[in-house]
Amino acid sequence: MLRFIVRRVLQAIPTLLILSILVFAWLRSLPGGPAAALLGDKATPEKIADLNHVLGLDQSIFLQYFRFLGRAVTGDFGNSLVSAQPVMSEIGTFLPATIELGLSAIIIAVVVGIPFGYLAARFRGGVADNVIIVLTLVGVAVPIFFLGYTMQDLLSAPLGLPSQGRQAPGIDATAVTNFAILDGIMTSEWDAVWDAIQHLILPAFALATIPLAVITRITRASVLDVFNEDFIRTANSKGLTDSVVRQRHVLRNALLPVVTTIGLQTGALLGGAVLTERVFNFRGLGFLLAEGIERRDYPRLQALLLFGALVYVVVNMLVDISYGLIDPRVRVR
Amino acid sequence: MQQLRLTRTRRAALIGLAGVLAVSLSACAESKRDEAGGGGSGGTMVFGNTGNPKMFDPTFTDEGETYRITRQMLDTLIQNKPGTAELQPSLATKWEPSNDGKTWTFTLKQGVKFSDGTPFNADAVCYNFDRWFNMKGAAAQSQMIYYADVFGGFAKNEGSATGDPLYKNCEAKDPNTAVLNLNKAKGAFPAAFTLPALSIQSPSAMKQYQADKVSQSGDSFTYSDYAYKHVTGTGPFKFESWDQGKGEITLVRNDSSTMPSPAKLDKLIFKVIPDENARKQALKAGDIDGYDFPAPADYGLLRKDGDQVLVRPSFNVLYLGINQSGNPKLKDPRVRQALAYGINREQFVKSKLAEGSEVATEFVPKAISGYTDDVKKYPYDPEKAKQLLQQAGASNLSLKFYYPTEVTRPYMPNPADTFTAISQDLKNIGITIQPVAEPWNGGYKDDVQQFGKHDIHLLGWTGDYNDAGNFIGTFFGRPKKEFGFDNAELFDTLAQADASPAGDEHAKAYQEANKQIMDYLPAIPIAYPSPAIVVNEKVKGIVASPLTDERFNNVTTS
Repeated sequence: MLRFIVRRVLQAIPTLLILSILVFAWLRSLPGGPAAALLGDKATPEKIADLNHVLGLDQSIFLQYFRFLGRAVTGDFGNSLVSAQPVMSEIGTFLPATIELGLSAIIIAVVVGIPFGYLAARFRGGVADNVIIVLTLVGVAVPIFFLGYTMQDLLSAPLGLPSQGRQAPGIDATAVTNFAILDGIMTSEWDAVWDAIQHLILPAFALATIPLAVITRITRASVLDVFNEDFIRTANSKGLTDSVVRQRHVLRNALLPVVTTIGLQTGALLGGAVLTERVFNFRGLGFLLAEGIERRDYPRLQALLLFGALVYVVVNMLVDISYGLIDPRVRVR
Repeated sequence: MQQLRLTRTRRAALIGLAGVLAVSLSACAESKRDEAGGGGSGGTMVFGNTGNPKMFDPTFTDEGETYRITRQMLDTLIQNKPGTAELQPSLATKWEPSNDGKTWTFTLKQGVKFSDGTPFNADAVCYNFDRWFNMKGAAAQSQMIYYADVFGGFAKNEGSATGDPLYKNCEAKDPNTAVLNLNKAKGAFPAAFTLPALSIQSPSAMKQYQADKVSQSGDSFTYSDYAYKHVTGTGPFKFESWDQGKGEITLVRNDSSTMPSPAKLDKLIFKVIPDENARKQALKAGDIDGYDFPAPADYGLLRKDGDQVLVRPSFNVLYLGINQSGNPKLKDPRVRQALAYGINREQFVKSKLAEGSEVATEFVPKAISGYTDDVKKYPYDPEKAKQLLQQAGASNLSLKFYYPTEVTRPYMPNPADTFTAISQDLKNIGITIQPVAEPWNGGYKDDVQQFGKHDIHLLGWTGDYNDAGNFIGTFFGRPKKEFGFDNAELFDTLAQADASPAGDEHAKAYQEANKQIMDYLPAIPIAYPSPAIVVNEKVKGIVASPLTDERFNNVTTS
């Protein structure tokens, strides 16, 4: 297992290096550059040219890339053009919000999705199955921003739930880790905990829709596959009770593709978080990324896109490792 | 491992939440604001900012998001009268130019202190002027957009875009008299002294926190702690905190302020909410008390809910740009006139722009000194437009019409709508339109302003201070790719107007320039749109300003 992990970590290095080249080249190929963004609406072409010179953006792209790489390996991604703060410290400040939101969404997706998927498979063709199939289709098809705005308009006021931000303005919660709920618990500021939870509900459900729908459908399909396997028939014919067959044989065997899906969906959450955080003004990495794209904030975009890639690589690695834990056959190989 | 522990915590919290939610969701949803903000007599106001401020030292930025906040903490020598673009005393009670316009004498208000307790006097004023002029480093200078624009250059220019400095020196004649000597007269004064970038800050605080230390870091710049945490002025509020994670900037009342007096509010919080719909939701939910730039379509709804939509007098202009070097036919004045006669601006303003907006007859809004009604006008007349095109041999004219996407501007709330309306009018007079839509920061500005790839395009301008040169000087004062013409006579007129001494002579010079421009018609002014600010019914004491220069010192929330 250790060798496997080391190998995967080493594989990640060239992957990230290639990604860094792609990200760098892609950003540099976009029209409108950081100088124009820094100088604002009233920039003249002369001033933009001047600033490009000052920032070294008029030098060859190779030189610019190697300079960037040299700094990046020491963890220096420069300062954001929007906030003038070091990008790494911005990531540190905003990451907890995304983790809070992402974890909530994945937990909702798993806790609701697996039972629903199983339910649909067990009562295949029935009313529950049909309703669940339709709902999952809608869940996958509805764009997050549309869903987010709809939730804000229809649910926020009637349920008394805040529609934007991570905390009500003016709440003086003590920041320890920047995880709002955890900080509130650590400092026994229960008002702040409750406030943070309320702010999390709508965006977490919005972000959960796609993974929830996907997990439900994969669970359903996988459970149906397992139902048709020979060993289930064998187990049934041995006279095992339904509940034993379901728990020991069906669910356990059906979970492998579901775990893969959960992993991939977790990795893909940052994409959904960009829209969700933007719509709900939930200030996490997705919010930073959206703002960075609008303002052509190269330093921030470079760091965030590479960070996203790193998360994806790590999550995939964890999924691979978890295979071994769930399915002994993988461990043997 | 850390993440695993957090997962469990979160899971426990969420399971607990589900139970609690079921019984008491609505009961507990009451905002905590009242508890948090009600400590003193004046209460707290939360205002929704449209974007992140970059920092709070206005010297290094030209962003409205920053100025919205620094205007509450810092004062300029001269101020705009609330609700207008007229000038009124601020830190200077009187200002006097010499006959040649090269010397400005300021009589300063007495008994004013910076919020760090140090006195405001002529030395402090001169310290600020010297600081700007002597700023070192290409990074620092490239970020001082407004100073460079108004004062031309620095003690040591470190970029090619700056020229001969206007500033000569500043003398503190006595504690209450500061004399500013310039190398030549500049029409932008005295109005430019209202610019937030020229706010007077505490010399001792700037020295203590090394306000001038600006360094380059990769593709960007790093400013000193002063700019982020210690900006010190004379205003009714002073800085307390900036929570980046929450996007909240908190100011508290400056009890020692005499500018004009301490604020009524205890606390003023700016909450950054970039999305317009989210700002509206936050106002509805009571999370904020007001915000900037509501969408015109929402005015009715907001008013129905009891909110106050305060429409600002216009200080913008929206224009249809014409690039004479794009299509050779556009060099013919008859073709440009045809475009002007062919656009139904009256209808456009009525149907597409917010209340308070007006049809533009020139490139300077009415509130600006230098505006004149005596210019050649181009009322909607499609038949005349067609005739002019025919006379110019351009009946089958085809134009690349560039317009931006992914953006709203105070002068252009909806670019796609604007494009559709204008292009339809142009099609009606027989012009073929080739639409080119590009993202604002993703090519539009470059293609139009830097490369001049277009034939016609949509753009506009929001004024910075009450001087016509800030509008027409910027647009037509020199050859630009955006307009693609070289008219030495016009450039000369504008240069002379810029150098004319303040007062009537100055206004007249710009009136003449406006006439000349509307005869030559290098572009077509379309509208003077009016942006708005919205506050809930509890907020009293805000006067909507054409320059978005609303001060919150008189504000109360009941």
